[in-house]
Amino acid sequence: MAAPIPTVTLRERPGDAAAPPADVKIDVHALRFFYGAKLALEDITLRIHPNLVTAFIGPSGCGKSTFLRTLNRMNDVVPATRVEGKVLIDDEDIYASSVDVVQLRRRVGMVFQKSNPFPKSIFENVAYGLRINRMAGTRGELAGRVEESLKQAALWNEVKDRLQESALALSGGQQQRLCIARALAIRPDVLLMDEPASALDPIATQRIEELVYSLKQSYTVVIVTHNMQQAARVSDYTAFFWLGKLVEYDRTDRIFTAPHEKLTEDYVTGRFG
Amino acid sequence: MTHNALRRIVSAMFVGACGLAVLIALVPLAMILFFVVSQGLQSLNLAFFTSMPKPLGETGGGMLNAFVGTLMLISLAALLAIPVGVISGIYMSEYAGTKLATAVRFAADTLNGVPSIVIGIFAYGIAVLPFRQFSALAGGLALGVMMIPIIARTTEELLLLVPGTMREGALALGATRARAVFTVILPAALPGIITGVVLALARVAGETAPLLFTAFNNQYFSTSVRQPIASMTVQIYTYAISPYEDQHRQAWAGALVLVGFVFACSLVARVVTARVQRLRG
Repeated sequence: MAAPIPTVTLRERPGDAAAPPADVKIDVHALRFFYGAKLALEDITLRIHPNLVTAFIGPSGCGKSTFLRTLNRMNDVVPATRVEGKVLIDDEDIYASSVDVVQLRRRVGMVFQKSNPFPKSIFENVAYGLRINRMAGTRGELAGRVEESLKQAALWNEVKDRLQESALALSGGQQQRLCIARALAIRPDVLLMDEPASALDPIATQRIEELVYSLKQSYTVVIVTHNMQQAARVSDYTAFFWLGKLVEYDRTDRIFTAPHEKLTEDYVTGRFG
Repeated sequence: MTHNALRRIVSAMFVGACGLAVLIALVPLAMILFFVVSQGLQSLNLAFFTSMPKPLGETGGGMLNAFVGTLMLISLAALLAIPVGVISGIYMSEYAGTKLATAVRFAADTLNGVPSIVIGIFAYGIAVLPFRQFSALAGGLALGVMMIPIIARTTEELLLLVPGTMREGALALGATRARAVFTVILPAALPGIITGVVLALARVAGETAPLLFTAFNNQYFSTSVRQPIASMTVQIYTYAISPYEDQHRQAWAGALVLVGFVFACSLVARVVTARVQRLRG
């Protein structure tokens, strides 16, 4: 077994010795994903627990982002892709023909690698999801939800005096928090984050990480990252992907200090990747 | 001669050739502007914009009916071409890669290459002959048909420039595909599309051939869409081939106004584009 990695500091977690939580939010069973004829994900089976942060790590091209995008069917828009297996969210198969993708995406929000604010005002960006889903009855309710979401995303104090200004005038880190606020505004159950801090400087990254950590009180958060320290800092569970396979999935502290697989150990100790 | 010296000489020759080519390209523009301004300015005054043509033999008068006519013609053209062109452009960008979209794009490019006189004949056939009447409507139709492919291709290209991440952002918030197009992608491309529309308007405002047997001409003031109507281009043409010196002067003044209009449109388009780029920067 490898010795603990000195550069990684782990947060204390209650009930560390306990078995995995009984609650399951997302239950993935034997998921296979194809780009054309190419198999991109091989038989992924894992359970994601509610109100925890689950991180997907692995080298570039290992399939972690592709897997994340199967959880809100974002891959549907990519031509010539195919999914096999089951993804259950709250015991409901999201690939069943009866499922409305629009409804699914309201429940499973997403934040992208590169911040993608719409070319509208700060207010309109956050209000967008509320407006198209008719979630706010009155102007007051709309404004309230926008404020609440911006506060949750720790952006309110920086933008409260300029809500009508273009979102494109914000800094990169602010834009990404705006995108998080926008996703939170429609109150999803699950928040998927695809390398949300990869394009940001260290200070902006730290703010996003603190935010992720605080969001798990209300949401089930799944975060893709290529930064292992980040996974160690923010997540409760970590899944290590390699060449389209799920190599190991366990509590984050065990993945980083006592992994079962040699491959995982080599990766988290920086021997490749 | 050393290799190095030879290299320098060849380089200098190419630089010289490039400069010469630029000069040849710019000379016609400079000469057109020079002649139009120097000739047109003499007869250009306020009355030229506000008064009707004088009867033959009298000097003075203006082109009021032609200004109003051209404005009406390009408005009618815009009314037809903006919806058809923008919606075709949305189709081509949303269904890019499908057979039908490729066919639509090919059709648009072909239509764009059709000589304007042929488009005039087409409009004559469907909007003049059946009613036995030249009309502003027929002229607007001919100009509109010319604008459609320009607007469609501009819209398509600008929609394709909107980053895919923006579409994904909208879809991830529970937007349907149509919703994403109309609330996020189209607004993001809108300044560019407006620029394209303005340039297309400037382009057709200078057309004469499609109007010759559609809108025809009208020496009186008319705002009826069902009557023949005057236009600046046809008026300039009529005056230019007439034997009267005074009408030649009027033609020059009309040409100057037309060039000024096209120049103003290009300027507006550039300013809008620059402002948008600064906003995105």
